[in-house]
Amino acid sequence: MKILVFIKRVPDTGIPIRVKPDGSDIVREESLTYVTNPYDEYAVEEALRIREKLGEGEIVAASLGDDSARDVLKNALALGVDRAVLLRTENPDRVDGFATAKVLADFAFNEGFNLILTGKEAADMSDSQVPSYVASLLGIPQASYAIGLEVNPPSLVVKRETDYGVETLELIMPALITCEKGLNEPRLPTLRGIMAARKKEIEVVPAHAPASNHELLLLSPPPPRKQGRILDVPVEEAVRELIRLLKEEQGIL
Amino acid sequence: MRYRIYIEVFGGSFKGASLEALGAALLLREKAGGEVELLVPEPLESEALEELRNYGADRVLVLKNPGLSPYTVEAHAEALSSLIEDGDFLLFAATKRGLELAPRVAAYKGVPMASKAVELKFEDGHLNYTKFLYGGKALGHFKLSAKPLIASVMPRTFEVPQASGKRSSVVEVEIEVKGTSQVKNLGLAEKEKGGVEIQEADVIFSGGRGMGGPEGFRLLQELADLVNEKGDLRAAVGASRSAVDSGWIDHSHQVGQTGKVVSPELYFAFGISGALQHIVGMRNSKVIVAVNRDPEAPIFRIADYGIVEDLFKVIPLLKEELKKVIG
Repeated sequence: MKILVFIKRVPDTGIPIRVKPDGSDIVREESLTYVTNPYDEYAVEEALRIREKLGEGEIVAASLGDDSARDVLKNALALGVDRAVLLRTENPDRVDGFATAKVLADFAFNEGFNLILTGKEAADMSDSQVPSYVASLLGIPQASYAIGLEVNPPSLVVKRETDYGVETLELIMPALITCEKGLNEPRLPTLRGIMAARKKEIEVVPAHAPASNHELLLLSPPPPRKQGRILDVPVEEAVRELIRLLKEEQGIL
Repeated sequence: MRYRIYIEVFGGSFKGASLEALGAALLLREKAGGEVELLVPEPLESEALEELRNYGADRVLVLKNPGLSPYTVEAHAEALSSLIEDGDFLLFAATKRGLELAPRVAAYKGVPMASKAVELKFEDGHLNYTKFLYGGKALGHFKLSAKPLIASVMPRTFEVPQASGKRSSVVEVEIEVKGTSQVKNLGLAEKEKGGVEIQEADVIFSGGRGMGGPEGFRLLQELADLVNEKGDLRAAVGASRSAVDSGWIDHSHQVGQTGKVVSPELYFAFGISGALQHIVGMRNSKVIVAVNRDPEAPIFRIADYGIVEDLFKVIPLLKEELKKVIG
């Protein structure tokens, strides 16, 4: 059983992010911290659990990025993946979903695999494109938004979130799964894992992201919100006033 | 340009968000001209099909192939890719289904695509679009040239078009789908009937740590039920991450960074302090009302109206007042 896990290094969107005045980028001072895309953490964790359950298997984590992406790959090694591959490109923030998917699909094709796990989307661009592109380019079935996974080679059963309820699919591998919150609780690396990861090399493969006619021209701050008001009167009155404002000032209700 | 809108069908009816994608296409057509077709991949009840004919599209294409129902992303992507031509602009609602399906089609066509657009316009022969990045903290302005053009549009961003006098014609299209034997649908545990998906709700009653437990969320559900029973607004219950992580309510209700991004007409935040990771999921709501005992809670900085009070005092009063004004 060979599992590929695609991970991405993203700015932690849980802390303030500002757009540069010239709109060329976000402010990337020391204040910005980077993390493994949260949904990709579920993918790494799930791969580890599958290997534990089957008692065998190889897990390869891969990331398209520049040298800074080494930290999330090191972290994956510390968690216990067998190999980590940096698909190195300059200026990864300007590589769109389609181009990213081509690099990842080529890598997967050359590497060989039974299963690809990745997050349902990345927290920075949140395009939610790469997994479906990859599955389609490779001509393999996919299941998105997994919240439960049972692997019994050569097939797997996945429970996934849809807008209509939880759907259960059986897929014959090779297949691609995207991970949703709720699939598992990602573990933290152990000290032993961190020490072991130090000795492991990150494999570096130059990535040739194809040019696509899809360009980020400019960033701008999101539209500001008007200053609100506190209804600072006794609660009965405040609720009545609130309803009046919603009706008369906002035209809702 | 020919605009073709993927109509998301489930249980014989279509998703309202698909009409918003149509709304986006009609805006583009006003300026650039062209035809508009609705693609119906699965059987619709006759009433639903009749309704679809009211919104100003030239044609409704009903795709005929038993392999398209129940939905699988593989079969739908294959069908769409065989139908779409270079001069088309294929639009989806950026729902869970739209988001997984659109890039699978785009890969068949070998083209890049736009996701979750909140603005679309043509300029010098290419598409310019805008979307939120970095958890809603920036707007990205993009340029895309591709044939065909493919985009998904953010739900609750574009208006559902007004019903027009002219009725769309209905055309049945036999379509070949090889399908895949690699996927078997083992069933769907359906949501409770009448449950409104938070991304489609007009009004969201959200609760945080201040709700104290699952009982608190039942109070919010009562508010939502009241709105759903009485008026024509659709209401749903939302939650912060801490409430979901405490197991008080299911993750499908979570608003924020690891939950859903919502933009209802009206968002109530009860007992939610307003951590950034929650704010990014709801800051584009039209009107935000915050109820919290802590006057320093950051949620008040983005709220249009705030009440500094115990939420358990506010909810019953709100329920009584709501009963008076709606319905």
